[in-house]
Amino acid sequence: MKLLKLIPDETKIPFTKWRWHALVLTLAAFIASVFAIFVAPGLNFGVDFRGGITIEAEDTTPIDLSEVRQAVASLNLGGAKVQEFGSPTQIVVALEATSLEGEANVDVSQQKVAALVQDAIRKSLGDDVSFKRVEVVGPTVSGELTQRGILAVVAATAMMLGYIWFRYQLQWGAGAVLGVIHDTVITVGLVALFQFSFDLNVIAAILTVIGYSVNDTVVVYDRIRENLRKYKKMPLAELIDLSLNETLTRTVVTGGTSILALAALVTFGGEVLRGFCFAIMFGIIIGTYSSLFVAAPFLLLTGVKRDWSKVKDTAPAQA
Amino acid sequence: MLQFKTWQQALIIGSVVLAAILATPNFFPKETVAAWPGYLPKSRISLGLDLQGGSYLLLGVDTEKVIDDRLTSLRQEIQRSMRPSGDKERIALQSLPTLDLGRDGITLRLRDEAQIEDASKRIRDLTRAGSLVGSGVRPYEVTVTGPRIDVVMAPEAKRAYAQEALADSIEVVRRRIDPAGNKEVLIQPQGVDRIVVQAPGDNDPEALKQIINRTGQLSFHRVDVSVSPEDVAAGLLPPGRIVVPIAEVEGGGQLILHEEAEVTGDMVESAAAGIDSQGGGFEINFSFDSRGARRFADYTREHVGELFAIVLDNEVISYPRIQTPITGGQGRITGNFSPDEAQRIATLIRSGALPAPLTTLDQRTVGPDLGADSIKAGSTASVIAFALVVLFMLVTYGRFGVYANLALVANIVLIFGILSLLGSTLTLPGIAGIVLTIGMAVDANVLIFERIREEIAGGKSPINATQIGFDKAFSAIADSNITTLLAAWIMLALGAGPVRGFAVTLSVGVITSVFSAIVITRLLAGGYLLSKRPKSITL
Repeated sequence: MKLLKLIPDETKIPFTKWRWHALVLTLAAFIASVFAIFVAPGLNFGVDFRGGITIEAEDTTPIDLSEVRQAVASLNLGGAKVQEFGSPTQIVVALEATSLEGEANVDVSQQKVAALVQDAIRKSLGDDVSFKRVEVVGPTVSGELTQRGILAVVAATAMMLGYIWFRYQLQWGAGAVLGVIHDTVITVGLVALFQFSFDLNVIAAILTVIGYSVNDTVVVYDRIRENLRKYKKMPLAELIDLSLNETLTRTVVTGGTSILALAALVTFGGEVLRGFCFAIMFGIIIGTYSSLFVAAPFLLLTGVKRDWSKVKDTAPAQA
Repeated sequence: MLQFKTWQQALIIGSVVLAAILATPNFFPKETVAAWPGYLPKSRISLGLDLQGGSYLLLGVDTEKVIDDRLTSLRQEIQRSMRPSGDKERIALQSLPTLDLGRDGITLRLRDEAQIEDASKRIRDLTRAGSLVGSGVRPYEVTVTGPRIDVVMAPEAKRAYAQEALADSIEVVRRRIDPAGNKEVLIQPQGVDRIVVQAPGDNDPEALKQIINRTGQLSFHRVDVSVSPEDVAAGLLPPGRIVVPIAEVEGGGQLILHEEAEVTGDMVESAAAGIDSQGGGFEINFSFDSRGARRFADYTREHVGELFAIVLDNEVISYPRIQTPITGGQGRITGNFSPDEAQRIATLIRSGALPAPLTTLDQRTVGPDLGADSIKAGSTASVIAFALVVLFMLVTYGRFGVYANLALVANIVLIFGILSLLGSTLTLPGIAGIVLTIGMAVDANVLIFERIREEIAGGKSPINATQIGFDKAFSAIADSNITTLLAAWIMLALGAGPVRGFAVTLSVGVITSVFSAIVITRLLAGGYLLSKRPKSITL
């Protein structure tokens, strides 16, 4: 049986030679992402972080958006967004966190506003309308979720640094973390560019991408360390290239199967999770790139300890 | 080491079979499983609210208010204790005791310092009472400086009272939503002042909130008809009187009541909605406990012909005229109630009052249709993802790909077995976690197979190459999976429902995938190589 070979057995791709081109590309993507996040089009904050109300409703017949807009606007609650969601019989209504007159507590006001808006929608569309999803997040919780989201990403990054520092050396950890920062920023940039809702799910996606990216980097680092033991005199750039080429098939195959699985999710997994799966899928592609072109070449800049012969491989006892 | 001892083989196969058995309850209806004999597993994976539809509510308990209420009533008691009674003489104060909520304290100054001993003793007697007796914690610190006495609530007491308020609130919420304890409603504390309510199914969240967010404070008051609305408007409200609005259904407006309640809701033993035999509308029938019955009988005997008001959450819901003394300890509240409203009020009265108002901080409701759609989409995606990965491994690694695929199947069985054993909740992101695991689970095998390819290219025999492949790939497999686990654990700490579901399936998946890739694939590949001893292998 002839087997499929995505990558030929002996590749000699000069990854490190391309590092300056890669750097330009990386920086451009990084700057574009920062622009997409902070300037235009900006992050489309979901209800988790923004606070406020999101209501998804479905009717049996196509919905006249302007009618619903009018009904909601007549409540005088400030800017409400009414959009079609997936199909003409479905809409999503989003409101910012607002405080009602005479109700000092915004958390309480939010709940009242949500009830008012649902009543208005029901009045305008009739009793056949069903509410598929109602999310009401008060400012107390949205503030906490934002804090926790940021903390989670920072903690994950710090733990990765710590773990690789412990297993290798500080500069290896720094290289991996540089890759992680690169992956996080560009993934969030893409989420902003495509205007996916930026919510807790996307934070979970980012954490997954961080895990995957470091996973990828560690496989490469493991091979570099092994080759450092094997070829004591080989120039570092050559040695890194060799290691990257040796692990290239694995990089492509594992990335490939993961992306296949995620592509199935993005295509067939429904509207709810599309942003989440999309973020993981692109994050994995970006994470694979960063292992090859950010984390590994970074070792060239800092240099590494050449003599690993005395260091016992401290991998857990073999099964 | 490709050779496994017989007991090792049995252990490996046994663990997969055990996982399969553990997962079986998920494929049968709940009632069927409940009737199974005791030695069979019953624990199953439950569906998250995002998959079966339902409401998630995060409620905040205003514990500060509980503390403030306690201090306010303590101040009243202190003031009262300075009055003469029995052989106790009056202790004159310079002014009313002052309440400082910022430092949880009450301060009072005596006119005559000579009475300080007596005053502080009376206060100590008062503050010794309270629910903390027996725990060794003194609820209040009483300090005397000259003619001044400071009473400050101890921090431990403050914590204990807050804890008590949270526990009481949970009990009240439970009695309101799930009085019979037969619904699958989850009510749990979160942190020090939060309650999470998860109600699956098509429970209307608005109805849920309406019944949760009401304090449920019931009291019976004497109506003071001698004060006219003009007096109230002019600010001439006599002391000890309060103005309370009348419910809309009762015609609106307001009533002037005696502040002190004749009977309070905690003396009501039971309440139920019923049909008003005279008016035709709905009413609430209730009965008092013995203390309440006695008080109510005494009161109605002395005030025949007068109005009295039934107040629920600072609103008069009914104000009937007392026709005859009510001595049987039974009563009814009539008004223009709808059946729903009567039912709701009956539940509120029955469940007792919340120690403090609850605020809904976060509400997530998913309709059952959307949940069903998500399950369908999630399972379609899983099947397709699985098929794609299996095909990919097959065309890339041939015979060894089959081994990896068998390991993948074992991996999925193991994931479901462990999730069932843990009784975990499967959410939509959780399904995504399983799909992602399918994609990433083959990583360990890919690392091993690539190693074997290299060793064979380096001239090693198939058996040797495979042996070395498994050994040398191990450190990369261990390190790379530990990093994914670290990320998953942070997600667990990050917390919110659906994301937790993802973190759980991802971490279970990572652990089982390492086991199945290293152990099961090695068992299969080793079995083949050692029995057939092929001269060459295609990989």
